[in-house]
Amino acid sequence: MSITDRVLGDRQRLAYIASQAADSRLNVELETEGMTLNIGPQHPATHGTLRIIARLDGEQVVWAEPSCGYMHRGYEKLAEVRTYPQVTTLVNRIDWLGSFANEVPFILAAEKLMDVEAPARAQHIRTILFELSRIANVSLFLGDLGVQMGAITPVFFAFRDREYVLNLIEGATGGRFHPNFDRIGGLKDDLPKGWIAETKAVMKKLRTFCDQIEELLFGNEIFQSRTRGIGVIPRDIALQYGLSGANLRASGVDWDLRRDHALPMAWNKVDWKVWTHPDGDSFARCWVRLQETREATKIVDQLLDTIPSGPIMAKVPKIIKVPEGEAWVSTENPLGEMGYYVVSRGELGPFRVKIRSASFNNISVTPWVLRGVYVPDIVTILASLYFILGDIDR
Amino acid sequence: MSTSSGTQPGITSVAEVQAALGDRLVDSFHKDDLWLRVRTDAWKSSMRTLRDTLGFHYFCFLSAIDWMPSPYGRGEDDPTEPAPERDTTIRQGYAGGSSRMQVFARVSNPVTHVSVFVKVDVPDDSCTLESIHDVYAGANWHERETHEMFGIVFTGHPDLRNMYLPIDFEGHPLRKDYPLLARMIKPWPGIVDVEPLPGGSEGGDEE
Repeated sequence: MSITDRVLGDRQRLAYIASQAADSRLNVELETEGMTLNIGPQHPATHGTLRIIARLDGEQVVWAEPSCGYMHRGYEKLAEVRTYPQVTTLVNRIDWLGSFANEVPFILAAEKLMDVEAPARAQHIRTILFELSRIANVSLFLGDLGVQMGAITPVFFAFRDREYVLNLIEGATGGRFHPNFDRIGGLKDDLPKGWIAETKAVMKKLRTFCDQIEELLFGNEIFQSRTRGIGVIPRDIALQYGLSGANLRASGVDWDLRRDHALPMAWNKVDWKVWTHPDGDSFARCWVRLQETREATKIVDQLLDTIPSGPIMAKVPKIIKVPEGEAWVSTENPLGEMGYYVVSRGELGPFRVKIRSASFNNISVTPWVLRGVYVPDIVTILASLYFILGDIDR
Repeated sequence: MSTSSGTQPGITSVAEVQAALGDRLVDSFHKDDLWLRVRTDAWKSSMRTLRDTLGFHYFCFLSAIDWMPSPYGRGEDDPTEPAPERDTTIRQGYAGGSSRMQVFARVSNPVTHVSVFVKVDVPDDSCTLESIHDVYAGANWHERETHEMFGIVFTGHPDLRNMYLPIDFEGHPLRKDYPLLARMIKPWPGIVDVEPLPGGSEGGDEE
């Protein structure tokens, strides 16, 4: 005796049996035929020009693959014919929402080869600007996340509050999106007057923004049912595919390069926490990013209180020649681990630059994770993996 | 964070790797990071050993280097004059080598946060190497990219289609003998615009 016999009345039971019969008939008659769905390259839900080709069986994805290359600019080749200071202009445009963070690992790699270390003040300000780019980048993610699920309000909040951060970056560097402010041996300029007080006020606003998003979005029932248990990436898959940043930490791997790598930056001078989540689903990835944004505002606040005095440039020659050697530096960028493998032959420009960008690895897991999901979940999973097109194609 | 034999954080000891890899390890180099070079025929088995025995479960990236200096220099030649003679002797970097092309990968141990670079020579005549996509699933896309950019064929790879370039694109752009056409068409203004650094010509301010 099945459970339906006990709890349902006669009429309900008959209706249930009829519906079961109808279902089985339908399944026989309407044998589903495979269909190929093409999403993008100009779909509003794909953040730019990532194209997804999915083969469907009914509503379910049986095979999916992203098609990249719509924004390939060949930076690795171009870097070979640029001088070292010119390369930062290129790498600025890899992850265009957190540009300053792209410059830092390249400059650090060049400094490592030259055996130069930026003065403490420059390291400190670099770290502040790095975290500000993270906040600008991830706050847009938090807003955009709602749009993918039909919630319009968060994106307005995000654009409003990101503007405060961009104004700060513009105030210090002169560029809203492409600061190009980092130099081998330090920074281009010192901070402007009044910037510190303003930054503190903005950080308070951003913490309010995080609280608002948490209440509006993360507590929302629809949001939870669209993200919880969907797009689960287990720990070993995340490691194999080289996922990094919040995507890795959301799969329960406690690894943050800011804490675990010895870099000449100021993160080890402040007190902060690495957030992880054991679930590995879309919700976990979004949640970790939200916590990291809040943590970043705290890092900036603490760093602002402890900026050391001193010069902002180390002694470097006017024409920069980098000694022969190979160096690798990677940092925990807003999107994940971004690293540069720089090979120098003692010339004015690099011999070879390998750019390891976070999104390339993060997106390479999509054929695995999209298998078996339903069509509307493609969009939420891609949104939660969070990629920037320029960071995939380079 | 655990480190072995008192080295800097993030570095494992050469002896430990030597013990695990045995004669598959050809050369190594140790400076801030650890570079290993393994035998070409033992590329896949070495990566498997690194993963299973030494716990390097995290795949960071895979790419290649073309060690031949570019015959076009830095793309600053005057197109109206004959091209200058350039030294194109092949000289490999850290951990040595004997071929023009080298594939290198970085893998990490997610528990101890130790990372190594593994280099391998790619035979000049065949330009093929075993695919490691079934050791590290993430290598799939990286090998596709490397195939497209350097023309290295990864045997056993399921799908070596182009990622970025059109299907009928000819040539392998990151090879040094592939000219950067933009520079061929319009000469680069060169290095005349060296930006002065803050605080005068000699470098930073001194207090």
